[in-house]
Amino acid sequence: MTHHLRYIIVAAALLTTAQAGAADPKAGSPMPELQSLLPDAKLPVTAGKVVLIDFWASWCEPCRASFPALQRLHQKFAGRGLVIVGIGVDEDAADYRSFASKQRVGFALAHDAGQRAVAHFNPPTMPTSYLVDRQGRIRHVHKGFKTGTTEAEYTREIETLLAD
Amino acid sequence: MKSLLFLACTSALALCSCSQHLVRVKPYERGHLAHPLMRPDRDPLLLTMTQHAYFSREASFGGGGVGGGGCGCN
Repeated sequence: MTHHLRYIIVAAALLTTAQAGAADPKAGSPMPELQSLLPDAKLPVTAGKVVLIDFWASWCEPCRASFPALQRLHQKFAGRGLVIVGIGVDEDAADYRSFASKQRVGFALAHDAGQRAVAHFNPPTMPTSYLVDRQGRIRHVHKGFKTGTTEAEYTREIETLLAD
Repeated sequence: MKSLLFLACTSALALCSCSQHLVRVKPYERGHLAHPLMRPDRDPLLLTMTQHAYFSREASFGGGGVGGGGCGCN
């Protein structure tokens, strides 16, 4: 009996180790604390706001295509309480800086230098964005970016969340 | 015997958990794979030469044009 118990404990420990680091938040989960995942980033205040967290990379074409749409959303909804945080996950800081400097956007950009935040969120594809309500709960997860369709979905969902 | 079983179980579990980390490339880790240098068709001349070499080498099996050879399997 003792031996069986020992097997179970060791198996549980190993499985826990295998899963460590990836919280993998989904719709309905509370938004992870961004500042602790991105200690060097200067992030905007998100408390009580509708937040759109977007994971992107300079080598990702759909990510590049999503920036004008995100900027339009920022211009349209920032005054009503939307905060967009674009988190670049490039391993090379120079790639991040080069890409970010070319994007004329008004929302916050942050570099996840050690890929700690993205490993925590564990997005299924690039880009992936998480739309968070005013109570800090993830309400929608967008996998990828389809020009036109995704922006319309964002608009509808953001308007609903801002009205809550 | 029980110690051996214990060792086998823990080793199997450890290797299973290792394989998850080592083999799978996460979507956000594909920067190098997405680099233009990784495209097989980045150089049209090289692509043409490679296809020609493949066609010549595999001509008895139909080269790159048809599936299967003369065995009637396909």
